[in-house]
Amino acid sequence: MEKEIKNTTPIAPDVYQPMGLNDEEYSKIVEMLGRHPTYTEVGMFAVMWSEHCGYKYSRPILKYFKKYKEAIEGEGLENAGIIDIGDGLGICMKMESHNHPSAVEPFQGAATGVGGILRDIFTMGARPIANLNSLRFGNLDDAHNRYLFEHVVEGISHYGNCVGVPTIAGEVYFDDSYSGNPLLNAMAIGILKTDEVATAGANGVGNPVMIVGSATGKDGIHGATFASVELGPDSESKRPNVQMGDPFQEKLLIEATLEALKTGYITGIQDMGAAGITCSTTEMSAKGNTGMSVNIRKTPLREADLTPYEIMLSESQERMLAVVEKGHEDEVAAVFKKWGLQAVVIGEVTADEIVRIYDNDELVACVKGKDLADNAPTYYLDTKEPDYISKVQNYDLSKLPEPNDYNKVFLKLIGDISIASKEWVYDQYDHMVQTNTTILPGSDCAMLRVRETTKGIAVTTDCNSRYVYLNPYKGAKIAVAEAARNISCSGATPMGVTDCLNFGNPEKPEAFWQFEQAVKGLAEECEAFNSPVVSGNVSFYNETPEGTIYPTPTIGMMGLLDDVDKRMTSEFKAKGDKIALISGVSKDANDYDALDGSEYIKAEFDLAVGNTPHYDTKEELNVQACIRELIDKRLIKSAHDLSEGGLAIALAECCINGKLGATFNIDTERPVSNTLFNEAQSRILISYDDRNVGEIKNICNKYSIDFISDGQVSSDEKVSISVNNKAVIDADLNEITDLYKNTIGKIMKY
Amino acid sequence: MYRVKVYVTLKPSLLDAQGKVVKGAAVNLGYDEVENVRIGKFIELSINENTKDVNTAVEELCSKLLANTVIENYKYEIEKE
Amino acid sequence: MKFGVVIFPGSNCDQDSFFCIKDVIKEQVDYIWHQDTDVKGYDCIILPGGFSYGDYLRTGAVARFSPVMQSIIDYAKDGGHLIGICNGFQILCEAHLLPGVLTANDKLKFICKYVNLKVENDTSDWTNLYKKGDVLNIPVAHHSGNFFAETDVIKELEDNNQILFKYCDAFGNVTEEANINGSVNNIAGIINKAGNVAGMMPHPERAVEDLLCSTDGINVFKSLVERMN
Repeated sequence: MEKEIKNTTPIAPDVYQPMGLNDEEYSKIVEMLGRHPTYTEVGMFAVMWSEHCGYKYSRPILKYFKKYKEAIEGEGLENAGIIDIGDGLGICMKMESHNHPSAVEPFQGAATGVGGILRDIFTMGARPIANLNSLRFGNLDDAHNRYLFEHVVEGISHYGNCVGVPTIAGEVYFDDSYSGNPLLNAMAIGILKTDEVATAGANGVGNPVMIVGSATGKDGIHGATFASVELGPDSESKRPNVQMGDPFQEKLLIEATLEALKTGYITGIQDMGAAGITCSTTEMSAKGNTGMSVNIRKTPLREADLTPYEIMLSESQERMLAVVEKGHEDEVAAVFKKWGLQAVVIGEVTADEIVRIYDNDELVACVKGKDLADNAPTYYLDTKEPDYISKVQNYDLSKLPEPNDYNKVFLKLIGDISIASKEWVYDQYDHMVQTNTTILPGSDCAMLRVRETTKGIAVTTDCNSRYVYLNPYKGAKIAVAEAARNISCSGATPMGVTDCLNFGNPEKPEAFWQFEQAVKGLAEECEAFNSPVVSGNVSFYNETPEGTIYPTPTIGMMGLLDDVDKRMTSEFKAKGDKIALISGVSKDANDYDALDGSEYIKAEFDLAVGNTPHYDTKEELNVQACIRELIDKRLIKSAHDLSEGGLAIALAECCINGKLGATFNIDTERPVSNTLFNEAQSRILISYDDRNVGEIKNICNKYSIDFISDGQVSSDEKVSISVNNKAVIDADLNEITDLYKNTIGKIMKY
Repeated sequence: MYRVKVYVTLKPSLLDAQGKVVKGAAVNLGYDEVENVRIGKFIELSINENTKDVNTAVEELCSKLLANTVIENYKYEIEKE
Repeated sequence: MKFGVVIFPGSNCDQDSFFCIKDVIKEQVDYIWHQDTDVKGYDCIILPGGFSYGDYLRTGAVARFSPVMQSIIDYAKDGGHLIGICNGFQILCEAHLLPGVLTANDKLKFICKYVNLKVENDTSDWTNLYKKGDVLNIPVAHHSGNFFAETDVIKELEDNNQILFKYCDAFGNVTEEANINGSVNNIAGIINKAGNVAGMMPHPERAVEDLLCSTDGINVFKSLVERMN
């Protein structure tokens, strides 16, 4: 058979440009190959060099992340994603966007988003133990946004529930910047034995290469390129790009893969996600410093007439590529067969680092794996601070009028769809299957027990993108801080981060400036919290003709609690318990109760203005160390961090979820609205038995934490807040519970 | 080859929740004249001619597998190609 | 006592049932593969929750014809103890080991949450450690849990004391509001006439440890163990 391709003719620009390649990139391909590429090769380069696969724009910025930098300069990203939790166990986690597919076909877009991220986890040899997701939509007064919201949630529910992986946490925000460009960031977590990590390198020359799982069809061809362009009016017509998911097949694939890995005969395995066989053959070769010779005609096909180009670029779901120790193909295939799945040998590993793709006898592509996988062109793009930044940051908030009825504002915030309970969403997700969920959705974070240990794993996702919009650097820091605070409020210690960076068109300097600033803030804060970014994903081009989304660097964080019996939840537990606000915020800071960026300003005045709320890393570290010690010593009964809506909303949430009333007084000389609704970070609302007050105060003192206590949990179904002992909020528990729990359901007519 | 078309429908006496939702959507679109929507399944079978008794085979398939006769009715058409 | 937990392709609560029996009930337990045909030696077989065969035609419709089910049908007819939880309940109805059928929830959405269940029968092999009228806190997680049977069948179930649990409010009132999925008469779990086969939509195996937020489900399994001993 041919070993080289000769006599190729130039590909016309009107062929490669629509695939996403520019003239310069085409020339670079010709230079690399020493000839013109074939049609199949051009398609392979285009998809592998898209931002989605090749990170050609984000790569220089991602070097702010210490682990990423170490990984790409040293050993490679493999295994970088595993967090050691002791007892010989490791946690791997990853988050990925499926924004564009979800915009055009929300049900399948969301479902396949979940499926893809799960495959990333179990191809590492880890059993998936949790799904999380971070969702953003435009406001629900728009019918199309309601349609997207309903079907994205249904897609996640359909896929996640069927594969039997609990969806235990996440977040949903609504803002008009996401109208028409919703965000679906799917995250998965897996557990594995640290000495049984599967690798993704094509190891061992002569070893057979097998394709495993579903047959290949025409779905999703050029999906990765699709993710790397802006959504336009014709995006709906791009529907053929969206892949169809089959969670039943995925469930079988999980069980079969984990069982096949146990045989010890699989030397390398990788999921087929974006860019399908192209991506898996070239990346596995690049990682193994090997090549591959593959006859793609042996690939099981759904339709017989697929061209080599289509087979190489298909993004059919629920498939994987595995390299198997020679002579043991049958044992591996038998495991897949037991689970009703196909495993077919399509080629073998070669020594020369070249990936050769044959269509039966015809050589249709002959490329160096590393040229596609590692040598995508890197661009250093311009940055420019957007004009809006100085405008919003210099906005004079003191001119805004003080409301005359705080109760009314309070009720408005409770029923604000971004604050209101997301029960309508998570009741549709099976969050208990696998029977490890020990903190259910609705608290600050979720927690899983780790079987056969005493440990608990806390997980959460977070990002207040309005803050990031107002100040990308500081807003990103707050996203990390808040995720960590959620973890600490359960008693666990933050251990690691995965992120999903959703931004606008990077070729616009303003969007790229937001990206660079946010990544810088994120990287610094992850180091401060000793929580390395172990994996991540970049999603650019989140724009519609109406504008750009808020820059949204979603944080997924995981923490560890050594004794799961000590886990803490947010709701009040018993009447008569005392309530205190513990605060790391220094009263010397002039912005300690500023309303910048708050939900209150947004809800009351429809403004997204100011800088971020008060935030200081040192204060945050202190308050988190303090709350963890209070929990560890079993001195408190509940802990809930203050976030959107400030003190007033935090108190209401503790009452609603605990089905108990409360009174709380706070003394201050500042405006009441600031006191009730400011979103200064580093503050936590606790409840406790009065017997422990001395010890609690001592621990707060040790960490320089303010202990502000003037309230208690009651059984009289009233939530009352007073300022300087004058009542400002006095609400009926049943009324706010109905508002909080049912607002979204009523909008969705459920 | 026999081409068999099987129609599985919910018994008329039972509430069709899906149909109700679709009817609501149709009315929302302005088609007030839509009075009722019932949703069922349409299944195509290809059965080779070696089968001894195609009618019995289809009848059994419908009653055992394709429909649950507690809640569903079925009918079918068999065409020979 | 020896339990068996069946694994169909697409089962996903098989491990939960297994761990429940092994770690909490502390009885012997094995998995049974869907292609096995020998189910001798078991004192109780559990058909677990999940999405057997993707539940693609109707829930439970394909699983009902898997090789193991033919043996299980014989096993049940011989009086063997058998419980179907969630998808297992759907399979038992499709296999006509229990009357009725489970159709899509009336609101057409998947529901996962803790619900209140009223104990209707406290004498069965599965519920004798509860007291009639007890209100249990046990989670559900299903898309098709809407129990339906013709009026005469329902009457027979009521008359023969074959209803184990009904959905109720926190105070034990069987109300329309507490009926989460549209089931006839709020029915959440039933037994066959002989009492050896049980089916329920709620997941008792998810409520067996303090860590899992409730232990109210434990007596479903303990009742049987007690009775068998």
